[in-house]
Amino acid sequence: MSEEKGPRVEMATPFDPRAAILAPGHTYASITDKISALVLTRRTPRGWFLGFTIAFLLLMLLLFTAAYLLATGVGIWGVTVPVGWGFDIINFVWWIGIGHAGTLISAILLLLRQRWRTSINRFAEAMTLFAVACAGLYPLLHMGRPWLFYWLLPYPNTMGTWPQPRSPLVWDVFAITTYATVSFLFWFIGLIPDLATLRDRARRRFWRILYGFLAMGWRGSARHWARYEMAYLLLAGLATPLVVSVHTVVSFDFAISIIPGWHATIFPPYFVAGAIYSGFAMVVTLAIPLRKFYELEDFITMKHLDNMAKIMLATGLIVGYGYMMEAFMAWYSGNPYERYMILNRLRGPYAPVYWALLVCNVGVLQALWSARVRRNVRALFAIALVVNVGMWLERFVIVVTSLHRDFLPSSWGMYRPTIFDWTMFLGSIGLFLTLMFLFIRLLPVISIFEMRALLPETAPTPGGGTMRPAEAPTTS
Amino acid sequence: MEVVEKGSGAPWNIAALRERLAEQRGRVFWRSLEELAEDQAFVQFLKSEFPTPPPAEVDRRTFLKLMGASLALAGLSSACTRQPTEQIFPYTRAPEEIIPGRPLFYATAVTLGGFAYGVLVESHMGRPTKIEGNPQHPASLGATDVFAQASILTLYDPDRSQVVLYRGGINAWAAFWGALTIERERWRMTRGAGMRILTETVTSPTLADQLRQVLALFPEARWHQYEPVSRDHQKVGARLAFGRVVEAQYRLREARVVLSLEADFLAWGPDHLRQAREFIARRRAETEPAEWNRLYVFESTPSLTGAMADHRFPVRSSAIEAIARALARRLGLPVPEPDLASFGIDPRLVEALARDLERHRGESLVLVGETQPPLVHALGHALNQVLGNVGRTVIYVEPVEAEPIEHVASLRELAEDMEAGRVDALFILGANPVYTAPVDLDFAERMDRVRLRVHLGLYEDETAQLCHWHLPESHFLEAWSDGRAPDGTVTILQPLIAPLYETRSAHEVLAALLGQAERPGYEIVREYWRRQFQAGRVGGFSDFETFWRMALHEGVVPGTNPPPTSVSLQWAAIAVELAKRPARAPEGIEIVFRPDPTVWDGRFANNGWLQELPKPITKLTWENAAMISPALAERLGVKNGEVIELQRGDRRVLAPVWILPGQAPETVTVHLGYGRWRAGRVGSHLGVNAYRLRTSEAPWFEVGIEIRRTDRHHELVSTQDHHSMEGRHLVRVATLDDYRRNPRFVKELGHDPPPDLTLYPEHRYDGYSWGMVIDLNACIGCNACIIACQAENNIPVVGKREVKIGREMHWIRIDRYFEGRDLERPDIYHQPVLCMHCDHAPCEVVCPTGATVHSHEGLNQMTYNRCVGTRYCSNNCPYKVRRFNFRLYADWATETLKMQRNPDVTVRSRGVMEKCTYCVQRINAARIEAKKQDRAIRDGEVVTACQQACPTEAIVFGNLNDPESRVARWKAHVLNYGILTELNTRPRTTYLARLRNPNPEVAALLEEGKS
Repeated sequence: MSEEKGPRVEMATPFDPRAAILAPGHTYASITDKISALVLTRRTPRGWFLGFTIAFLLLMLLLFTAAYLLATGVGIWGVTVPVGWGFDIINFVWWIGIGHAGTLISAILLLLRQRWRTSINRFAEAMTLFAVACAGLYPLLHMGRPWLFYWLLPYPNTMGTWPQPRSPLVWDVFAITTYATVSFLFWFIGLIPDLATLRDRARRRFWRILYGFLAMGWRGSARHWARYEMAYLLLAGLATPLVVSVHTVVSFDFAISIIPGWHATIFPPYFVAGAIYSGFAMVVTLAIPLRKFYELEDFITMKHLDNMAKIMLATGLIVGYGYMMEAFMAWYSGNPYERYMILNRLRGPYAPVYWALLVCNVGVLQALWSARVRRNVRALFAIALVVNVGMWLERFVIVVTSLHRDFLPSSWGMYRPTIFDWTMFLGSIGLFLTLMFLFIRLLPVISIFEMRALLPETAPTPGGGTMRPAEAPTTS
Repeated sequence: MEVVEKGSGAPWNIAALRERLAEQRGRVFWRSLEELAEDQAFVQFLKSEFPTPPPAEVDRRTFLKLMGASLALAGLSSACTRQPTEQIFPYTRAPEEIIPGRPLFYATAVTLGGFAYGVLVESHMGRPTKIEGNPQHPASLGATDVFAQASILTLYDPDRSQVVLYRGGINAWAAFWGALTIERERWRMTRGAGMRILTETVTSPTLADQLRQVLALFPEARWHQYEPVSRDHQKVGARLAFGRVVEAQYRLREARVVLSLEADFLAWGPDHLRQAREFIARRRAETEPAEWNRLYVFESTPSLTGAMADHRFPVRSSAIEAIARALARRLGLPVPEPDLASFGIDPRLVEALARDLERHRGESLVLVGETQPPLVHALGHALNQVLGNVGRTVIYVEPVEAEPIEHVASLRELAEDMEAGRVDALFILGANPVYTAPVDLDFAERMDRVRLRVHLGLYEDETAQLCHWHLPESHFLEAWSDGRAPDGTVTILQPLIAPLYETRSAHEVLAALLGQAERPGYEIVREYWRRQFQAGRVGGFSDFETFWRMALHEGVVPGTNPPPTSVSLQWAAIAVELAKRPARAPEGIEIVFRPDPTVWDGRFANNGWLQELPKPITKLTWENAAMISPALAERLGVKNGEVIELQRGDRRVLAPVWILPGQAPETVTVHLGYGRWRAGRVGSHLGVNAYRLRTSEAPWFEVGIEIRRTDRHHELVSTQDHHSMEGRHLVRVATLDDYRRNPRFVKELGHDPPPDLTLYPEHRYDGYSWGMVIDLNACIGCNACIIACQAENNIPVVGKREVKIGREMHWIRIDRYFEGRDLERPDIYHQPVLCMHCDHAPCEVVCPTGATVHSHEGLNQMTYNRCVGTRYCSNNCPYKVRRFNFRLYADWATETLKMQRNPDVTVRSRGVMEKCTYCVQRINAARIEAKKQDRAIRDGEVVTACQQACPTEAIVFGNLNDPESRVARWKAHVLNYGILTELNTRPRTTYLARLRNPNPEVAALLEEGKS
């Protein structure tokens, strides 16, 4: 329990709003009320409708683009020879990267007993799921014949076909489906006690049945809690290697090839760091408006933002190191193709993208060394947005600038995204936001029962110790 | 409807009916005896589309009657593929052996510029699908060029003219024959006064005979010839030098030093295929270094010949005469001293050149291009005479053309007569003068003054638009004809397919002028040759039938080429001409016209294969441009794609700029053949019409063009944007001297990993192991392989918009690199790149569905059915030879195009990857043959489409496991190397390094000039 020393030491001192992970003055009831009210009792704010409408329109744009794509072919995009992958794979990697924060927060931080994760894990997990859904769209739709996607799955069939196991794309299929499955289970299991709370508090029959159905008969008995705890921990253990493995496999899509700019051993750690970096940037991007509009400052405190900023700083620096190593190895290897690749990034036709990426991901990031910036909500929000953009640019640089000038100068070419590349991208953002808005409206964005478990830290219980979730009352 | 049932009641003459049936050609369907008897009522019933009066209610009986009529109509239509009804003879197998799936080859010939190139046409169940060269034909030697390869697509072009038009409305041939009968009555009275026939170059003996018969019948009639890319200057130059028109034939195999004065002899002219073969014979990787030839080229715009030169000098077209003069003077001819300095030519260069030529007396050759004025041609003849080349590297024969007249003069005469109202009826057979005539002849305007204008052509083109009658012409694969090779050898053209539409050949139209309307071309041609046979002009055969069969079977009529003739140089005439010409360089920017390398003079404008074919050197597709040198671009301050206005007098043309390294300073080159407005769906409204600047006085170049910048921009589409090799050793080059000193230079330029550098045990290829070698010394970059591959492998055309974003589908491409420090004078290299069939193929490991796999014979195979289109293979291919169907590129809708497809090759759908297969269908065809005979496939039995088309035999394919095979011997050559082998891809396609044979003296001069 040495990890818990930090918060407790701070707890002994008078209340420090910068260090608290839950504002003082809350009781079990107030937490439950406040969070469940978002779903059950509070009027849906007008802003929600506005945001949902915009997101839904973007989702329609996605559906339109996908329909046109299926009817016409991937030729509607800017992909070509030599740049066979464009926005499709850029967006895929970007979304998958974003989808990393959730599992990291849920699983790894849980195992490390970082209790501050409690107030952000729920929506971070949801975000992960939705990001993985967006990511999953692209590999499907980017295929020349998407209706044959199931040929990548190993199942006995009369055609005698079988996935070609040396291809990283096949590994991708496994990595991503596994990740999506585990993430979903993790999220859903985490939701069960809260669904029970909602079931008990819902006033209308429909919602009672719906939440009751989803709560799977949760009664909050001690045995339930014991089994639940065990399952949750086991799942966390299962999910932890996935955090590392998914983006490692995604990086293999590139590293296994022989294209200069792709074929690099640094890719797996560099991609994982990048994924966590972008994931946390997205969590910050979502958390800041969420706590503002739903007045959740008590639950998502400055401490959370500060911690997340620190993780961004750390992973961002690893990513920066990756950029450095790429350039260094290009020079050090003496490989003329590698060397040209770096020079082309620095000076070629896509140089502005590369420089913008460096500014976004490495330059702007340095501001987070300052505690004042980390605790300035507006600044942090801006930096997180910039990092989101920067990580997208990074994938653009990796995918496009490596491909567009490879070995034979005769086949060099340019990649120009078309309008449909953009509608597809905006559309996937629409899908993400639509799901996010529905989630905020229909499910508790913050884990109620876990927040209740935090209560003893801010308002010491008579025993003075922390209360395990199992000891906390579950129903009101 | 009663009439149909009962007929007209008149009794039929059964004997007459039998006779009528016997007369019919083709498959005859007859519904009833009424039809057979041509019962008036029945005929009327058939001909009216909707039988009148329309039945108010269709009862069963009426329905059956109508269905019966439909059946009768089916017999009339030409919807199905039919072989011509006359007997034609397959090249190797008898026609009764038609077996589904087994192609037959028939010998015939393609004509371009009037001259015939012998070809063998592959026919699948009566559908011609592919054209190959005829190895027995002197102008083909088994090779083809892009035009011959692409002509199969023209046959199936859905835009081809299909019906007779009278004043723009659909009409019948019968109506035209009727109109002609009336005209003939008139001409009989007037002895044909005012009747004119305009043809292109004619070498066809039968056509010439028919034309002469027409002229004999109507003595006042005239026959004109015009073709925009003619051989006028050669003819006039020969007349100037020798007093009469003779044909020069070059024996390049004998020549050690070749000087080309703007002669693009490897790609232009009726004999270019043979010339290329012979020229390259002395500079292959296999050629002994001591036997190598050397090529000097002076030209204004980079040509394929220039790209092969050991020394290429970009000079203005107008300066070349000065070089010819200086050289003539240096070699002892009485020529006044030209002012070389004013042309920017170093006199020491001429001196060095002269010395090299003198050293090789009798083994040198001076070639003058058609683009040079007649005087330079005459000087060229004189130089060859002085150098003792006549009879050795150049021989003269009597002209092969039926009537070797000067085309421009002939057209001018016609235009003037039209202006003067002396032309009453004009028959244009094949030509398109409204589009191609020199602008100063005002041909289109003057057409108005002709009472009756008739046009016979493959397309309803610009000329057809201005004619009263447009007659659809049969494609050469649909018609009987004959033609002569540049050396005079006759080929009888046999059709491969009955006309797809209601078309007629020029022979059949001329026959109608002679009063023999609807006489079949078969009879006309056969009858002509029967007369020749009976007159003893073709010998060596016991009877005519044997001769006919042999001629058709072989594709050549032996003994029809004229013997060499002796000529004597008439210097006095040349001297008079020399004195007339200014010796100083004219001032101003020079405009240069060239036939387009892909659409020629515009006649192939509607051919998608040719439009999409990247033009050699520039790699532009789908249009032409104003090509200028980097220095001129800098002076004008223009970039690629900026539109400039070219003005000469009151003629103006807007053209986008294309900056071309190697273009002569202060010149602008525009290719002919673009800017057509009635070419068809594919070819109309593309590019710039250079004919609007071209006059009859200056058909090829003119000094004093004005260039003005505009603020407009036009995006030109090139398939290769990057010109430099970036210091990568892709095309490996050495001079012959360096090669002698260090034969292993090729290996030193690369980094081949040791063969055991792998964790896995090597795969052994026990049976066949296919491989290919391309000799870069022999590749002239002519593109024939690209079109051959496209025809063989059903490769679709994607259109300009898709090419612009890099989605062209060609399985083989020719990379062009400029090299050297001087932007104005670069060395130009070609490198054909196709799938390397790597043994360690990077594409194979990354495919998630196993759609691309290695065969046990070393082929990298693409299984279209398994491909789901992730495009990872293409990304991971270091050679970028894979092509993806981003959209549905193959035309699945146009019926005629379906007939062209090779049935042995899948037509790909959208969303799948494709690439070169090493023509696996040909390998398998050979394998089946070999297995039937229980033997191994012999070397040379599998010939890939690219290899077969190649005029210089630069490509060799075969079994690497057979040490005796040609490909194995080439692989063992010291010059053999693979590209990007440092990636350990182990490519099966390798190259033989390029050698150059520069003159050290000239090289030193150029080096000095640079510093």
